[in-house]
Amino acid sequence: MAKVKSSNKIKRSRGEEIFNVCNIIFLTLLMIVCLYPFWYVICASFSRSTLLISHTGALFKPVGFSVAAYKNVFENRSIWIGYGNTIFYVVVGTVVNIIMTVLGAYFLSRKNVPGQTIILMFIMFTMYFSGGMIPGFLNIQSLGLYDSRLALILPGAISTFNLIIMRTAMASIDASMEESARLDGANHFTILFKIMLPLTKATVAVLVLYYGVAHWNSWFNAMIYLEDKMKEPLQLVLRQILIINDMADMAVGEDTEMISETIKHATIIVSTVPILALYPFLQKYFVKGMMVGAVKG
Amino acid sequence: MAKAKQNSSTAAPVMSNGELMKRRIWRNKELYLLVLPVIIYYLIFHYKPMYGLIIAFQDYSPRRGISGSEWVGFQHFTDFFTGIYFGRLLRNTLEISLATLIFGFPAPILLALLVNELRSKWFSRITQTITYMPHFVSMVVLCAMIREFVKEGGLVTDILSSVFGYDGKNLLSRSAYFTPIYVITNIWQGVGWGSIVYLAALTGIDMELYEAARVDGANRWKQTIHITIPSIMPTIIIMLIMRMGQIMGIGHEKIILLYNEGIYERADVISTYVYRMGIMNRQYSFSSAVGLFNSVVNFILVIGANQISKKVSETSLW
Repeated sequence: MAKVKSSNKIKRSRGEEIFNVCNIIFLTLLMIVCLYPFWYVICASFSRSTLLISHTGALFKPVGFSVAAYKNVFENRSIWIGYGNTIFYVVVGTVVNIIMTVLGAYFLSRKNVPGQTIILMFIMFTMYFSGGMIPGFLNIQSLGLYDSRLALILPGAISTFNLIIMRTAMASIDASMEESARLDGANHFTILFKIMLPLTKATVAVLVLYYGVAHWNSWFNAMIYLEDKMKEPLQLVLRQILIINDMADMAVGEDTEMISETIKHATIIVSTVPILALYPFLQKYFVKGMMVGAVKG
Repeated sequence: MAKAKQNSSTAAPVMSNGELMKRRIWRNKELYLLVLPVIIYYLIFHYKPMYGLIIAFQDYSPRRGISGSEWVGFQHFTDFFTGIYFGRLLRNTLEISLATLIFGFPAPILLALLVNELRSKWFSRITQTITYMPHFVSMVVLCAMIREFVKEGGLVTDILSSVFGYDGKNLLSRSAYFTPIYVITNIWQGVGWGSIVYLAALTGIDMELYEAARVDGANRWKQTIHITIPSIMPTIIIMLIMRMGQIMGIGHEKIILLYNEGIYERADVISTYVYRMGIMNRQYSFSSAVGLFNSVVNFILVIGANQISKKVSETSLW
């Protein structure tokens, strides 16, 4: 930011002026490209489905006005079941994630611990090589987790990348506090909960967001590990409504398309508004997390 | 510490290295207890599936289990390499992945450089907030939106029809368009978010370098070429190494949500093939073999990229 101030003093050349204008125009176009699709979906969701189908090209406001699609979405039980399940997976899953990540990170950030390097390599190796989809799937079956809610919580209990972020944060805490606590007879449990966690709570908050959003967005594991519709998270319900039905529409043709057209858009809005409303406030934490991660890679 | 020092200074050490080690382990026993759940987790959910890869060399049947199933050696691998889909899968995987790398990798760097040149702090912040947005929308919803826009009568299809005279058919029903759709939407999804790393690197550049360059009469273009880009090069290389390792590991989620049987010819990649063969057709051994082949190639690529980077630029992951 210092650069901005100092360069103002220096006379800008004509070429630089042209560049600045082009830059602003280009970035404004990019912003429109990022924003407009969402505006389109909002407009379409409030449109009359009959008018929407005959409409071609861009939308700047709803064609006609109707909330019928929203009524339909709010009456759809599977969406609310999905919402409920997703909240469960996000909350319970993230709690498990944080506990496990903190335990691992605390161990890896201590100094002079025999065997630490080996355990670090043991953990890091999984970032570069894995058994893959099918052995993972058979593993879930053999553990008896198939069609259980735990199948969406336990297999991803730790993200190694996040573990490294947490370790970096804990390793950067001044060791003198820990040493004096040890002299006072504090054990590792006390040090972890009374000293390390309060001092690294900003990083913990970032990881809560990372894990939470990952649970919110996850659908693939639910698709392959769950059979019971009552356990399905929102994203899997959405896939059914937005993508599988879409494929079916292609085959069936006009009739279903008429109704589903605006419903799809309304479903997108209902399922996405909570996260889009939150993210401007959460953005800085995410960005912070990215930077911590970038330092250590 | 003082005691240990005293010991080493006397003629005969009282404690051997082994004993010292034992003491250190014993002193940290609580610590090992704390990390135990983590180790158990990695064993059960990461290393056990690696052991499960044995079935790639067997005719695995779930009833008989790993110990009871018949060994077939490299049969599944040769079946895959000589099968009719091998060429197509390899070509599609490489094509989609390389296109994503070539077009998708420089995009966030470029965006970061442009945002960095902005004078107005307010405009720079709003650009960032808005370009991050698609990253926060779930993959399912994002793919649903893509499908809506490129279908017959969708927004993008309409625009293409009126501007380029496209015939208006669903773009996802034409196999040739799959890679462009995949790559362009990938950039749309990730360009803002991906630029954060580079913006972070850009804020770390010493401003005195720019002052000195200006005194020497360097304009902004020259400053970018000679100061900005070299300064963020280590970040670029690290990101590139990480990307290289994923060349064969193109994700299945987005493709599964976008493709359909009509365009497998250009859209089916190794990971989606593993999914269909393994989860849907239950050919566990064969699909594990295909997955293992993929994992091994990935592993070699990461190691290779890291090695090359170490030689060329002294920047490496480890």
